Amino acid sequence: MAMLDPGLAQWALDEARRNGATAADIICVSAESLAAGVRLGEVEKLKSSRERRLGIRVFTGDSSANASTADMERDSLASFIAETVAMARLTAPDPFSGLPNPALQASHFPELNLEDTETGIIPADEALEIARKAEKAALAVDSRITNSEGAEFDSGRYEVLLANSNGFSGRYVATSYSLGVAPIASDGGAMQQGYWHTTNRQRVKLDDAESVGVIASKRALRRLGARKIKTTRCPIVFEPEVAAGLIRTLAGAASGPALYKGASFLVDRLETAVAAPSVTIIDDGTIVGGLGSKPFDGEGLAINRKALVENGVLKTYLLDSYSARKLKLQPTGNASRGVGDSPSVSSTNLYLVPGEHTSADIIRSVKHGLLVTELIGFGVNSVTGDYSRGAGGIWIEDGELTFPVQEITIAGNLKEMYSAIDMIGCELVWRSSTVSPMFRIAEMIIAGT
Amino acid sequence: MTQEIVKPEKFFLERFGMNESALERTIGSALERRADYADLYFEYRNAEGLSLEESIVKHTNKSLSHGVGVRVCAEDRTGYAYSDEVTVDRMRLAAEAARAIADQSSGNQPAVRVGAPGERHRLYELTSTPLGVPLADRARLLEDIDRTARALDPRVTKVMASFSTEEKIVMIVNSGGQVAADVQPLSRLNVTVIAEDGAGRQVGSSGCGGRVEYKYFIEGDRWRELTVKAVNQALTNLDAIDAPAGEMVVVLGPGWPGILLHEAIGHGLEGDFNRKGVSAFAGRIGERVASPLCTVVDDGTMVNRRGSLNFDDEGTPTSRTVLIEKGILRGYLQDRLNARLMKTAPTGNGRRESFAYAPMPRMTNTFMLSGESAPEEIIGSVSKGLYAVNFGGGQVDITNGKFVFSASEAFLIEDGKVTRPVKGATLIGDGPDVLTRVAMVGNDLELDPGVGTCGKDGQSVPVGVGLPTIRIDGITVGGTHA
Repeated sequence: MAMLDPGLAQWALDEARRNGATAADIICVSAESLAAGVRLGEVEKLKSSRERRLGIRVFTGDSSANASTADMERDSLASFIAETVAMARLTAPDPFSGLPNPALQASHFPELNLEDTETGIIPADEALEIARKAEKAALAVDSRITNSEGAEFDSGRYEVLLANSNGFSGRYVATSYSLGVAPIASDGGAMQQGYWHTTNRQRVKLDDAESVGVIASKRALRRLGARKIKTTRCPIVFEPEVAAGLIRTLAGAASGPALYKGASFLVDRLETAVAAPSVTIIDDGTIVGGLGSKPFDGEGLAINRKALVENGVLKTYLLDSYSARKLKLQPTGNASRGVGDSPSVSSTNLYLVPGEHTSADIIRSVKHGLLVTELIGFGVNSVTGDYSRGAGGIWIEDGELTFPVQEITIAGNLKEMYSAIDMIGCELVWRSSTVSPMFRIAEMIIAGT
Repeated sequence: MTQEIVKPEKFFLERFGMNESALERTIGSALERRADYADLYFEYRNAEGLSLEESIVKHTNKSLSHGVGVRVCAEDRTGYAYSDEVTVDRMRLAAEAARAIADQSSGNQPAVRVGAPGERHRLYELTSTPLGVPLADRARLLEDIDRTARALDPRVTKVMASFSTEEKIVMIVNSGGQVAADVQPLSRLNVTVIAEDGAGRQVGSSGCGGRVEYKYFIEGDRWRELTVKAVNQALTNLDAIDAPAGEMVVVLGPGWPGILLHEAIGHGLEGDFNRKGVSAFAGRIGERVASPLCTVVDDGTMVNRRGSLNFDDEGTPTSRTVLIEKGILRGYLQDRLNARLMKTAPTGNGRRESFAYAPMPRMTNTFMLSGESAPEEIIGSVSKGLYAVNFGGGQVDITNGKFVFSASEAFLIEDGKVTRPVKGATLIGDGPDVLTRVAMVGNDLELDPGVGTCGKDGQSVPVGVGLPTIRIDGITVGGTHA
C-alpha cells in the first residue's frame, strides 16, 4: 500500500495559510481491501479496492469550511484548497468553532496493536477457502438448512494521518478481518435466515470458520415456525447482540451534538440517575487490539477510559471540542472524523459491565416473557426516548424457552427502559466495538394480534 | 461563478484521456479469461452541502470524487475492482483483479469495438446547476427557513436546515461495445425543528428535492411550505397521546407512506433475491399477493424525480415495470446479471452507490396507482383505527417477509373522524400478506417530496415512493397503550 506522505499534509496546511486561513487541519485516509464471497459452495464474488482521500478543514477567524478530494496532484490540490478557504470566508462566523486547545492534544500515542503486521490483505484464494469452509459447515448442520445467502471473508488495511496547524501530527495503521455466514432454513413453511460473524484486527484471533457457520445455522433453525403472539405486557430479555444496540443508543443520546441541539432525552441529565443502579457503562478507547481503539481521537486529542454511566448515574457526556465549548465542558477524547466532514462524536469501545447472572438464570427468572433475538426498523426517537421496534425471538414460559415469535413490536420509553434493567448477565464477548452481556428489562409492551 | 454545461460523452476523454483505444484495451484485458460480460463505470462527482443550526450556517463542505470500477461477470460470479485514480495503468490492475473470478481458460472473446453513445431518456436536462448558485444565496435560504420557523410559533426552540446538491458525471462502457454517458444532478433541502412546552420536547421534520434546478426550492414558496410542515408536525406531537398497541385498521395518507410498498413489496421483488430463492416472493409470479384494488409499479422514467435515471448504472435505459397488477404478482426488478440468469430482460434497475460498488437490482420510484375512493370516504368508513400520514424509515427481512415502518405523525380515527394525535409507533406486517388486506384505495395518488434513500448491502441510492390514501384492514401497530 502506498504510504501517506506527511510532507503532503504539511504542504497542504502551509498552502491553506498562504491563502489566508488562520488555522487548518488535514486528514488523509488510504485504504485497501479484498472481499471474497461464496454461495452454495461456488465462488460468487471477489471485490478489491484501493482508495485515498484527503480532507481539509480551514478556518478564517471563526468561520470554517470542510472539503475532501481524491485528487492528490499538487496543482489541483492548490486550487482546491484556495476554493475551500474562499468558502470559509462566505460562512457565518461561529465563536465556538476552532481547533482543539493545543494543551489537550495527544503528545504520545499508546501502542494499541491495531495492525496485524504478519498478515496484511488475505489473497483471494485463501479468503474464498475460509468462506467456503464456513458455509459448508453451516449447510451440514441440518437437512432443513436448504439455501444460503452465502459466506463472505473480508480483509482490509487502512492508514490514517491527521495533522493541524497547532503542531499536532499523528498517524496509525489498522487492519480488520471478518467472516460472515448467512444460511437459510426451511421446513416447508416460511423460510428463515440466520446470520453470524466474527471480526477482529488480528487474523489469528478470528473465531474458527466452521463454528461461525454452525452458529449461523442454529440461529436460522431456531426461528422456524415462528408465530405472532397476543398483545401483552411482560419482561423482555435481550440477547447480547440486540442488548448492545440499546447501549449504543444511550451513547448516541449522550453525545455532545445531540445535546446542544436539544435533540436528546438526556439533556440536563448529567450526574442524575438515567438507569438502574446495577448499570455501569464504560467507554474505553485504550483497549489493546480493540475494534473501537485508536491512538488519538478525530481532533488529535488523547484517548481514554471512562465511565459513561456509573451505578446508574450519567457521569459524562461524549464531547468533541465544539460541543464541549457549546456546553461549557471539556472535550472527552470522543471526536470522530470522516474525511469529508467536520468532527463529530462517537464512542470508542463501549460496553455494559457484566453482572452476576448466567444466561440460564435470567431465562429461568421469567414466568411469561420474551427473549428478543432480532430487532428491525428505526423506531427510536432519541429526542423523546420513545422506542418501538419490530422484534423476533423466543417465548419464555415458566422459565423455559418454548416457541419462536415474529411479527411483533416491543415498545416503551428509553428513560424508563434503562431504569427497568433488573438482571444483567455475567458473560461479555467482544464481537464489535459496542458490546453488552444479556440483560432483562422488567416490563415492556409487546404489540401482536 | 459560471458553470458550463458538461457533455458527458467527452468529459472522461478530455479530463482523463479515456480514448477509445484505452477503453477497448481495458475491456479486452477484463475479458482475457472465460467471461460473459464486462463493464467499466466511470464516475466524477462534485457535491456541496451547507447546514444551519442555532440560526447560523455553521457547516459548509464540498467533496470531489472520481474513480472507475471494472466488473467481470462469468455465469453467476462477479469480480469487481475499483480505483480512485482514473489512469490506464490503474484500470489495467483493476481489470486483472476483477477477471480473477473467471476460469483460467481463454474465452476466445472477439475484440471489443466501442461504439457511439446510445439514445437515452431526457429526464433532467437542467439549464443551470444548483452548484452554480452563489453560496451566499443558498445560505440565505436556510436563514429564511430559520426565521420563518421561529416566527410560526414561540414553542419552536431549535431549527436545523440543510441544503445539499451534487452533480455526477458517469460513463459506462460494456463488452458489447455499448457506451452510455450522463450528467446526474441531485439536490435536497431538509428542515428539522424541535418544539418545547412545559411538558416535553418533540421533533418535526420535512424535506424535498429531486433532479431539479435551484429555482424548484424557491418557486411557489416551496421552502416555506416545507417549514410549515415541519413545525406543524412538531407541534402536533406535543399534544400526542400514547399510540395504541395491537392489530387494527390503519389508513395511510398519500405520498411518503408509500414506503410501505418499498419495504413490504419492492425489496422482495428484486431479481437477485428471487434468482437465489431467498425472497418470500420467490416463485410466485402470477399468484395473488394483493387485493384486486392494488396495482403497483416501479418507474424510473419520471421527469426530475429523485429516483429517476436516464439509464441505470449498467447503461440500460430505465423503464416502467408493473410489479403487481390488480393484485396479481407480475414482475421482478432486474439488473443484467440476474436477468441473464433468469432468462428474462433487464428492467433498467441495475444501480450502485458509486464507482466503489458493483451494481445490483434496486428500486427507482415505486408507487401504487390511484383507485376510486375519495380520501374522506376512506377515513369516514373507519369506526376505530389509526391514520398515519408521515413516516421515518423502514426495514424488511427479505426471507421471512416481515417488514416494519415507523410513523412519525399519526392520529386516531374514531367514528369516521380523525381525532387525537398519537406518538410515533412502528407498524409491522408481512409483505406477501399486507396488500391482500387493502380494502379501499383513494383517488389521490401522490409521490413523496423527494427525500428517500434506500440502503441495501451497504449501498445507498436515492429512490422515490408514492401512494394514494389506502385502508388496510389489520396491521400491527406497535404503540404502548395496550
